[in-house]
Amino acid sequence: MATAEEIAAEDFSAVVTKHRPRIFRFLLTSTHDADLAETLTQDCFLKAHRNWESFRGESSAMTWLMRIAINLQKDHWRNRRMQFWRQTHSHAVDLDEASEWLPSGERTVEQQMLARERVGQVAKVVERLSERQRTVFLLRYVEELELSEIALATGINEGTVKAHLSRALAKVRGELEGKR
Amino acid sequence: MSFKNEARGKSSSETTNLDSALREYRLSVHSWSDAAYSRPRTAMATTRESHFWRFASGLALSCVVIASGISAVVYQHHRQPAAVALVQVAERVPPVVQKQIQPARQEDEDLLAKVDRDVARGVPSAMEPLAQLMAEDESQ
Repeated sequence: MATAEEIAAEDFSAVVTKHRPRIFRFLLTSTHDADLAETLTQDCFLKAHRNWESFRGESSAMTWLMRIAINLQKDHWRNRRMQFWRQTHSHAVDLDEASEWLPSGERTVEQQMLARERVGQVAKVVERLSERQRTVFLLRYVEELELSEIALATGINEGTVKAHLSRALAKVRGELEGKR
Repeated sequence: MSFKNEARGKSSSETTNLDSALREYRLSVHSWSDAAYSRPRTAMATTRESHFWRFASGLALSCVVIASGISAVVYQHHRQPAAVALVQVAERVPPVVQKQIQPARQEDEDLLAKVDRDVARGVPSAMEPLAQLMAEDESQ
């Protein structure tokens, strides 16, 4: 018979398999650095594993893991030694990186080009958002979390989440209208 | 997914444009992430290995240096008391033993004196003139 520890280990293993790609995606979009996203994802699951017994299921495992990932990302950028690197990196990164990966589907070449341009515009705006606005925006429009889940993951109330989303969305809309 | 609630009050064309832009952005990010997630990571493993060996060799070298230093100190520490102890032991020979050793030393000295006497014989009379010449040469 499997012991309680073995069952817990199996549960955690299933959680890792299910949510790892999603946590990695959020960190990759936030940092624009695959190696850094990989490292932070590993740190996130390491931390989650250490505290797995204290997870009481009050929120979903996804929300809990996302909260850990957000905190790790904040800690990372708070580190003074990384500030200089961050500035250098953010200047070096290609803002249209995401647009390179747009699935072609069954559209014409012209439609694809327009779509790529739109994605590039959104990516540019997302890059310029404040840290909190960007986190809320990505959780809502990339990870498709509900407002209540975003509030749990970020530790801010739903009203503030709505306000951040509204401002971020206004900036995206402004960018799209300005380019037309 | 529809984002009409956030975009309420705007014209339908703007909303459609925003909706499609957000949907396309999401699809792009998902594709980009999937590609980055499944990329090969051999370079990372090599770097870690070289770091490991550098660290291991450094650690081994440090251990050797530290062990050598400790050995030298311990050796010196043990050597000095041993020499002092030998001197002390020699000084602490009991009188009974000293009495046993003294006659033997005396016998040795007597024997050496006898040998010297036997060896240092006088020059034969026939050789005396020659011996005198040698003595004169030495004096000159």
